[in-house]
Amino acid sequence: MQNAILLAYLAAAVLFILGMKRLQSPATARAGNRQAALGMLIAVVATLLIQELLSPVEMIAGCAVGATVGLLLARRVAMTSMPELVAVFNGFGGLASALVAGAEIARYLVAEPGGGAFARVAQTSATLAPLDAPAAVIGALCILIGAITFSGSFVAFGKLGGRLSGNPVSFPGMRVLTALILVGALAAGGYLIYGAGASFAAMDMEAILWGTLALGGFALALGVLLVIPIGGADMPVVVALLNAYSGLAAAATGFMLDNTALIVSGALVGASGLILTSIMCEAMNRSLLNVLLGGFGGDSDGGGPAVEGAREDLTAQETSVEDVAIQLTYAEQVVIVPGYGMAVAQAQHQVRELADMLQARGVTVKYAIHPVAGRMPGHMNVLLAEADVPYDQLYEMDDINSEFAMTDVSLVIGANDVVNPAARTDKASPVYGMPILDVDRSGAVVVLKRSLRPGYSGIENMLFYHDNTRMLFGDAKDSLTNLAAAVKNL
Amino acid sequence: MLSNLVIFVLAAFIGFEIISKVPQTLHTPLMSGTNAISGITIVGALVATGMVAAPWAKWIGFAALVVAAINVVGGFLVTDRMLQMFKPKQRPAPDASAETS
Repeated sequence: MQNAILLAYLAAAVLFILGMKRLQSPATARAGNRQAALGMLIAVVATLLIQELLSPVEMIAGCAVGATVGLLLARRVAMTSMPELVAVFNGFGGLASALVAGAEIARYLVAEPGGGAFARVAQTSATLAPLDAPAAVIGALCILIGAITFSGSFVAFGKLGGRLSGNPVSFPGMRVLTALILVGALAAGGYLIYGAGASFAAMDMEAILWGTLALGGFALALGVLLVIPIGGADMPVVVALLNAYSGLAAAATGFMLDNTALIVSGALVGASGLILTSIMCEAMNRSLLNVLLGGFGGDSDGGGPAVEGAREDLTAQETSVEDVAIQLTYAEQVVIVPGYGMAVAQAQHQVRELADMLQARGVTVKYAIHPVAGRMPGHMNVLLAEADVPYDQLYEMDDINSEFAMTDVSLVIGANDVVNPAARTDKASPVYGMPILDVDRSGAVVVLKRSLRPGYSGIENMLFYHDNTRMLFGDAKDSLTNLAAAVKNL
Repeated sequence: MLSNLVIFVLAAFIGFEIISKVPQTLHTPLMSGTNAISGITIVGALVATGMVAAPWAKWIGFAALVVAAINVVGGFLVTDRMLQMFKPKQRPAPDASAETS
């Protein structure tokens, strides 16, 4: 029987791997996701069938409640809220791992009938092995990573949804406080491990209980403190990193329960999250450490005084909807560069309508997507897919950069730092060295933007003052609607 | 314990191999899909809820089961919802080949 469950877990792991492999192409990705879901179903059913069920009602109720909530969330949420939802699910994954580790530790606790002391060892249970030091170390890791993932993801959720300030939040002594809480978490974990013993008699239940609770509390605070100082533009890195954490938490739970299905899946997810994190960091030419610390007193971004308004000594040239419409209609090739501003204005449908009209008039339209455009990895791609933009019109940075020289008009919609030419030329600029989309090499650049205010990084964008750049101020959605109407009337 | 470590490291390598080839377009579905996979913790939550006699463990396990189920069901469904939006260009194939040649 035990072999059967192991084989079922193996089947699940194989399905996860095959499913993830199919994510390499948009054509097969949907089937791959279903394959992975099937693997999950096999793992759950195998677990239910093979072991003896003591409380089936609670099990079914738990699954039903969770599945209903998950279903409603997945169905109801708007595509524009996708970053928040991904953060929430991520947080729940971390919480589940921490709770399972907590439950594993709680197996050693029973309520004392006479009240008084909270807990004692259930020595009567014959199947239970004593909590030894290695198990306690893994349990502590589970709770630490899981709780950090949970609270960190929910802070990210608040920042992404605008419920918390998207700007870096910091206060005096924040780093000291973070360090103190880290020390506290380590001490609590140590206390928990100290309480573990090789036999039931050697276990100090008080130490295990209070160590576990304190560790959970410190880890939750740590998650908040680690994410809150990170600015909006760095969010893709954080979301990817939390994704990796949730995988590592699941893997740690697997070690604790001696369950290979959890270890394999956790390792896969952890690896995937780490790869995404490093891709995001490379796309910003920054190290992970720099991102994590950058929000407060980092060597570049947060340090200097943020430029509030437009540069006095330079003038940006404004243009009108009619002029842009003419420019676009008589172009051979137009490249659209979307950024977070398009997501905020929810203008993806208007972008697509304009692109359709231009294509109907024989203009080649391409989309250039920077890896860190938006607030999560692949954010722009999802929004444009929602607006029915075919994915083969979306070009990654390396593929499109050589084309800008052959492009007549680049239409920058709510993107800022990812098109800042200072990254190529100005060694003093904080963004220097960051790979950018070379829109300034195209024949003309039209920037749709609310104002001349710099982006999240607070860096002046020299692109706005170029000779071949024209600014079209206003809400992206309105501007695009007007543009489409003007193109239609031509 | 050691054999578990071997499994972990090998699985991580497989993960690196597969994920490195995922295109940027699919990064968001990749994240939400792998996140649903990390909800495999539901297996541990099921064991804690239904197969353990200790009362505290049972109710902590129940809480874990609820959030893990949200993670798994919601994660796979929302990934599916996203992926169904990704469509290729709807134009005749000969046109495309003519352009490249």
